[in-house]
Amino acid sequence: MSFNPKHILGIKNLTADEINFILTTAESFKEINTRQIKKVPTLRGKTVINLFYEASTRTRTSFEIAGKRLSADTINITAASSSVVKGESLEDTARNIEAMRPDIIVMRHSASGACDYLAQRLHCSVINAGDGTHEHPSQALLDAFTIRQHKGHLKGLTVTIAGDVAHSRVVRSNIYCLNKLGAKVRVTGPRTMLPVGIEKLGCEVYYNLDEAITDADCIMMLRIQHERQGKTLIPSLREYSRFFALNEDNLKLAKKDAIVMHPGPVNRGVELSSSVADGPQNVILDQVENGVAIRMALLYLVAGGEKLQVN
Amino acid sequence: MKTLIKNGRVIDPANKIDAACDVLIEDGVIQEVATNISVTADEIIDATGLLVAPGLVDIHTHMRDPGFEYKEDIISGTRAAAAGGVTSLTCMPNTNPVNDSCAVTQYIINKAKQQGSANIYPIASISKGMKGEILAEMGDLKEAGCVGFSDDGIPVTHGELLRRAFEYADTFSMPIVTHSEDLSITGSGCMHEGDVATELGLQGIPWVAEDAGTAREIMLAEFTGGRLHVCHVSTKGSVDLIRHAKARGVRVSCEATPHHFTLTDEAVRGYNTNAKMSPPLRSQDHVDAVRAGLADGTIDAIATDHAPHHYDEKNVEFPVAMNGIVGLESLLPLSLRLVADGLLGLNSLISLLTVQPATIMGIDRGTLSVGAVADIVLIDLEREWTYTAESLHSKSKNSPFLGWEMKGAAVKTLLAGKVVFER
Repeated sequence: MSFNPKHILGIKNLTADEINFILTTAESFKEINTRQIKKVPTLRGKTVINLFYEASTRTRTSFEIAGKRLSADTINITAASSSVVKGESLEDTARNIEAMRPDIIVMRHSASGACDYLAQRLHCSVINAGDGTHEHPSQALLDAFTIRQHKGHLKGLTVTIAGDVAHSRVVRSNIYCLNKLGAKVRVTGPRTMLPVGIEKLGCEVYYNLDEAITDADCIMMLRIQHERQGKTLIPSLREYSRFFALNEDNLKLAKKDAIVMHPGPVNRGVELSSSVADGPQNVILDQVENGVAIRMALLYLVAGGEKLQVN
Repeated sequence: MKTLIKNGRVIDPANKIDAACDVLIEDGVIQEVATNISVTADEIIDATGLLVAPGLVDIHTHMRDPGFEYKEDIISGTRAAAAGGVTSLTCMPNTNPVNDSCAVTQYIINKAKQQGSANIYPIASISKGMKGEILAEMGDLKEAGCVGFSDDGIPVTHGELLRRAFEYADTFSMPIVTHSEDLSITGSGCMHEGDVATELGLQGIPWVAEDAGTAREIMLAEFTGGRLHVCHVSTKGSVDLIRHAKARGVRVSCEATPHHFTLTDEAVRGYNTNAKMSPPLRSQDHVDAVRAGLADGTIDAIATDHAPHHYDEKNVEFPVAMNGIVGLESLLPLSLRLVADGLLGLNSLISLLTVQPATIMGIDRGTLSVGAVADIVLIDLEREWTYTAESLHSKSKNSPFLGWEMKGAAVKTLLAGKVVFER
């Protein structure tokens, strides 16, 4: 099989075969990251622009390292404010960047749909590094990769996603990805953080964390943003941590060999106790490590894949 | 000057006429509606195969003039109206400056009279500057020609101010016209809250935000005995609340827009900013309720909420795109679909587009009564055409209906007996 998509905008429109192909491709790149000299010439002469409209240390660095290890020229642009505030439209910004002939634009943007918008208007490839609360495909892929690494497969596994589902940029991508690979998905959190109709994307909804994680093979904790505290969604981080945090006690409800994941950055003591975050079941840093391999695979496949290998 | 419209099918709901007959106009006024009028006319219009109806009355538009002429102005807006068969319209006060003064009101009316292709009846603001603090000078504004008061998209939140607005406006027999919405419930939503919003990752606007606003305004109208007109109802709850309020005698009327009875929130897929409006496109159950409200008479008028926006204001990320769509030139064919769907008879539909909205705003149009001003539209019910950006007379082209195949069109529009549009 070969798979060379023009863009990676989301998981929704990928098939299970395509997802597996990406994961397998990432497998072959993973080894490069452990070499003494962590660089291959695969994307030499390619230009990758990381256009980040929102702060993101982890994802941006991961994409940058991925590009550099493949010998692409990687440039980071951090736009402090949204296009509207800045006075230049997103389309104008993107067209100006495109005029400098990049091969791939990797974008993070606060508006859901912004990457679709860009892909419709540009000739170069677009990789979605998170658009609002819509999709974050590279995160979902690295999560699946990490589960596969620890469990060998995803088929039949029960994966619980807990926390602020409504404001998560990755939940939808994860639900699509896990379903396509045969896992069973549960989501949980306070009702204020569970958007209406989420079950129709392919998950079971729980309001009670204990029930949601019972016999789970994998628990993904979502980050609670501090700015949500004391507004309308939750009364306080203190109360949130009492009812919705994962700790040593409730973790026992999951399967003995369950793994604990978090897309980062972790709020220790809020959604995750330090004992679990640092405990034997956590695979959080594996996720970060695997992220580089996944992003190498995405850049490679979008840039042309097999055709490049010939050189 | 005598004009005779011959051989058409005349529908004039106000006078319960639906018959093959002729219409005689003299000096811009209707002289006679009868079969086989034989008179020597200066001009004879052959309406064979056409429907002859009162010019349509659209009681919800934004002309953007003064202040936002890059979106629309009174000349282009009334030309779009004429092309859509609309001869009379009201316009909302959210101009710059806000229409809270006689000066702005007179500017609008005079410009329409001198350069426009339709009659304009301005709606002035409830509060000065639409700031929700002090009542506008309603008596003065009525004298200047305004027909109602509304703070439109910035609903008055101050409860006592709205109570007093009902009372004070009623002193002058004027209606309070509301965009009913509790903005504190809406929050940062940008489309209808539901399955589609969840899937697209867009913040939702819950239907209860509209219901809560409608309920409060009905209660204030009931308490004060004032008159309320609710704009663009789009939820099951709004329709039910108004149905029940009417049953117990509250002085309330309401309108629905073609987009709210034609499209669902599915139209937003692809982050289509031309499907972004306020109130938002709803899910099918709400659309069905609006259509039921039209069928059972709960909804008194069809109005467009014609809201022109520049291309650049829509060619942006969905959450920051402006709300609203143009509607004057899709009003008639989209409304006729209600007849094709068997929801309404043609006479009822014409009534919802003419005499009923005119009555709500106290406008002496919307009929073909002898002595009435001859604002008339000739409609080809069978005409098939494609709704494209190029076909529009409005300055702005923001519409989710671009590319739609339409059936039915105004082929001749007369304003006070003079042809202002024909195709």
